[in-house]
Amino acid sequence: MIVGEKVKVVMAHGSGGNATKQLISELFQKYLANQYLDKMEDCAVLPGSKYPLSLTTDSFVITPLEFPGGDIGKLAICGTINDLWMGGAEPQYLTAGFILEEGLELDLLERVVKSFAHTANEAKVQIVAGDTKVIQGNGGLYINTAGLGFKKTQIPLGSESISKGDAVIISGSLGNHQACIMSQRMEITNSIKSDCGNLGPMVNDLLKDNLKVKVMRDITRGGLATILNEIAESSGSTIEIDEQSIPVDPEVESFCGILGLDPLYMANEGKFLCIAAEDQEDEILARLKKNPLGTNARIIGRVADLGKNVVTVKTRLGGRRIIDVLYGEGLPRIC
Amino acid sequence: MNLEKVLQEIKNYDGNKLRIMEVCGTHTSSIFKNGIRSMLSPAIQLISGPGCPVCVTPSSYIDKAIEWSLQPNCILLTFGDMVKVPGRSKSLGDARADGAKVEIIYSPQEALTKAAENPGNTYVLASVGFETTIPAYSLLIEQMEKDNITNIKLLTALRRVQPALEFICATDQTIDAYIAPGHVSTILGSQAYSDLAQKYQKPFVVAGFEAEHILIGIYDLIKQVSNQCYEVHNLYPSLVKTEGNKTAMVYIDKYFEPGAAHWRGLGTMDDSGYYLRPQYQKYDAGSLNLLTENDDHVLSACRCGEVVTGRINPNECPMFRKACTPLKAKGPCMVSAEGTCGIWYRFADR
Repeated sequence: MIVGEKVKVVMAHGSGGNATKQLISELFQKYLANQYLDKMEDCAVLPGSKYPLSLTTDSFVITPLEFPGGDIGKLAICGTINDLWMGGAEPQYLTAGFILEEGLELDLLERVVKSFAHTANEAKVQIVAGDTKVIQGNGGLYINTAGLGFKKTQIPLGSESISKGDAVIISGSLGNHQACIMSQRMEITNSIKSDCGNLGPMVNDLLKDNLKVKVMRDITRGGLATILNEIAESSGSTIEIDEQSIPVDPEVESFCGILGLDPLYMANEGKFLCIAAEDQEDEILARLKKNPLGTNARIIGRVADLGKNVVTVKTRLGGRRIIDVLYGEGLPRIC
Repeated sequence: MNLEKVLQEIKNYDGNKLRIMEVCGTHTSSIFKNGIRSMLSPAIQLISGPGCPVCVTPSSYIDKAIEWSLQPNCILLTFGDMVKVPGRSKSLGDARADGAKVEIIYSPQEALTKAAENPGNTYVLASVGFETTIPAYSLLIEQMEKDNITNIKLLTALRRVQPALEFICATDQTIDAYIAPGHVSTILGSQAYSDLAQKYQKPFVVAGFEAEHILIGIYDLIKQVSNQCYEVHNLYPSLVKTEGNKTAMVYIDKYFEPGAAHWRGLGTMDDSGYYLRPQYQKYDAGSLNLLTENDDHVLSACRCGEVVTGRINPNECPMFRKACTPLKAKGPCMVSAEGTCGIWYRFADR
């Protein structure tokens, strides 16, 4: 239905009738098609697997819907498949639930769906089931994706595998996604882009040759500091990191300086942390750096001890401080 | 000056016990972020001072701000740090969750846009700060006068740093030396501390915020104390002049005048606050009345007052890390990013 100059979603699109059919066939199916979806049945019947199955779900409510470096569609694929990869599973199938608010421009929805499909194709995952709903609102869009993967690796991933001396490695610079989104919301002009991306190729490169990776976590909400604390707590370990080794892009660093933010606590959407055996840390680092998303990978610290859970930072001039989990949000300073 | 040598001397200092107060919240934060305490000799103790305007704001101020936010067609504008500061029973954030109209801004100038776009609303700006921030409010009033904007009011809790420093110098002889507040010094100049240094025979250093600046500042104070030298040394000449920022002071003086003010933890001090001058009182939202209405309700167990004057460390407060955490702060020192308790919570050894 045309409202003003732009064609927008209206409640009829969610009724299950003609408008819904038209939306599915002319928009969604234009970009999303495979042997499962094409059947348009109530569920997809998938072939079984000899591997253990990994299952995850995530919902995406980001605004703005489009941003430098990505959009909610790309994020909805990467976020879910990255979770599977962090557990050592190779993503195979995804479901997609789209909740559209009345007033959402169809052009924008089409761009999101196109990006969603493109990202899934590149990641070699199939969208096998989908749903759309329309609710009253103001042009918003929310996406849920559930992902199924096959755990082909025999590597025992988990905190219980952590040993003294293990290296702490991150795949690249911190803070880009959160800095990008905040810049967009606050209308601050800069060239910061979200790092939204598929971690699969990097992770697969480590898993396929059974490299000694102990724990992998993508560095999302709460940032590196929160994740390190969670790992320290679950493994009962003391983790020491070196502030100078933590990569932060200069523009992100300036942005953080102005707003009083700490990159250690900022969300990323295309970075992960891995705890790796000391005797293979160089090999693992080299493999990450070979990938376009891992060129800034660094060894940033080490598991110093087992027995007391704490995360410490060696500062630039050789001092030492504790870092804790994120509490609340970072608020701007008053003076 | 060789930094390595400075670091060694600070680490190996074995003279008399030295208590240094660092007044400014940004210094406190930088000291912890850089792990500076771990680089000092055990004979050197760093005490955090009252250089956090949020931390010294009385609870009655928050209550007044909440009152405004509940008025019809009235919106309370505030910087982020004030949102979680507890009043008598709730914070601005709590009030907002209950439906009060509270909006976060990043600059006082945003009030102008809002006021112009919504002439039917009154915007009350929670105006808190030391001399560093006050010129921004002066510029706001100047613009309001030019544009004839009448629907912005200021609820002020503006403070002058010198009276607070004098109070501490006069009442706590155990502090041997001072790292002067950093940002405030850019406005007041290093001259602001000369009288205090002479009168109380205590050395002052004006230092920047990088780890190197602070360490060299500490080194300078060690040397001054050992040489019984009680001067003000400006080690931040790139941004701090002896005479300060005269333009900023002219702006402050044009719109504001000193008056008595209540500081959480320090009490009421003459001439320690700034209030809109009589000809600009039409823009005031009841700031003067806060003195007489003040009962500064403080939870009996909250020891923020002793923390901001350096009489205790945060970990000596019975509520620290127990009833009082950043998520459920009982006092302003835990809430503010520059607050001593909040900084200790995030960065200090458990």
